[in-house]
Amino acid sequence: MMGGFWHKLDQAGRNVAPLSTVLVLMLVGMVPLHLPGWGPVAPQLVLMALFYWAIHRPDLVRPSLAFLIGLLQDLLTGMPLGVNPLVYVLVYLVVLSQRRFFLIGSFGMLWLGFALIAAGASAVYWIAVCVLNMSLVQAGPAAAQAILTIALFPIFSWIFMRLHRAFLLEA
Amino acid sequence: MKSRANGSVLRLAAPLRAFAHRFSFALLLMAAVGLMMVGKADTVVVEGVRARIVDAFTPILGAFSAPAASAARMIEAADELVRLHAENDRLRRENELLTQWQQAALRLEAENRSLRGLLNVQADPQASFVTARVVADAGGAYVRSLIVTAGRRDGVKRGQAALSGHGVVGRVVEVGEWSSRILLITDLNARLPVVVEPSRTRAVLGGDNADQPRLLYLPPEAPVSVGDRVVTSGHGGLMPAGLPVGVVSYAGERGVRIQPFEDLGRIEHVQLVDFGGTGSLVGDTGPAVEPAEKVGMGRQP
Repeated sequence: MMGGFWHKLDQAGRNVAPLSTVLVLMLVGMVPLHLPGWGPVAPQLVLMALFYWAIHRPDLVRPSLAFLIGLLQDLLTGMPLGVNPLVYVLVYLVVLSQRRFFLIGSFGMLWLGFALIAAGASAVYWIAVCVLNMSLVQAGPAAAQAILTIALFPIFSWIFMRLHRAFLLEA
Repeated sequence: MKSRANGSVLRLAAPLRAFAHRFSFALLLMAAVGLMMVGKADTVVVEGVRARIVDAFTPILGAFSAPAASAARMIEAADELVRLHAENDRLRRENELLTQWQQAALRLEAENRSLRGLLNVQADPQASFVTARVVADAGGAYVRSLIVTAGRRDGVKRGQAALSGHGVVGRVVEVGEWSSRILLITDLNARLPVVVEPSRTRAVLGGDNADQPRLLYLPPEAPVSVGDRVVTSGHGGLMPAGLPVGVVSYAGERGVRIQPFEDLGRIEHVQLVDFGGTGSLVGDTGPAVEPAEKVGMGRQP
């Protein structure tokens, strides 16, 4: 009886691993690194995490969760409300429609897929912010941020893979 | 028989589930657009919620940012150690220059005091300040803001000026119980009344998310040139006049841009200063100061 309880608790703990990585990366992304010019182009770590988990464990990171994560990020970062939920739900939708392709493809294809999605997400961000501010916002930092996000994807993808193996595959 | 019934239920359920699935996505997307409208329409409630959430996460952000700050300090210390000799030389020369300036400042201060006494000038209200640590520079490519560890219980109020060692960096736009958000002068929505010092030309400093904010509403023939100092004008009553902001870094057909005195990407601590001002922020709820006649009329029996 007790074994069953502990097993369930252990399983529940493992199941929140994807959400925890998303939340921790969101907070890590907000830490001031005191590097000149870093803040505006800091990579979108949450986007990487959502992309990975939407492919591998969509049952543990649901679209509604992606929405809530986006809302929390909007509230914390001071972004106009609703922009991050919109982008994350759209990204989730696109990933889910191409999920089979991402699961069987090579890492190169996965990276290419992420590059396209990150570029699209960056465009949606830019358009949404321009519309909400009713002015043409500089696109330079947004483009630089997208490039940095794409460039750093392999490193974070490797970390997600290790976490995935450590917490969710052996059980 | 039973298995066949199960099969037909499954056959029916699959399209239904697909429909529900698609419907839930449409609902979430609509909710996101709805949130954008709410955020535009009801800024007071949204601001309250933001302040609560930031309050809740500030301790975690504080813990996360401490190691990053000490790493940055260590790198800086190592860098200083390498340049110790040259730095010492530079400081000695600067010290000589500053000593001369100190003499000038003391003479001017005495002169100023005696002239103020002659003219019976009303002194500005006394300023009080709290110093807070920066725990997050949030917003990525679209928002220039900082989260700092001082809030209502430390006496921080909305609209207060945020200063660092070298000058104005922004103002408080959101106050929680023990945290607050500072909108930097480079943000898209930041507006700060300033004067260009040599000519006393008034203008408004407006951010556009670039590192160097622009000067808006300059008179067309304004004598502004590169290197001019820009200070706050005190108009609007939010900030006192004369706080240093930056120097003109570009003046040409594409407008005038300012290089802030402070490197806004590397702020570790800010001073939130209460100057006892009575101005109101654009978008504030209700007038901060009632019109004089209205108050007078209300008092009459």
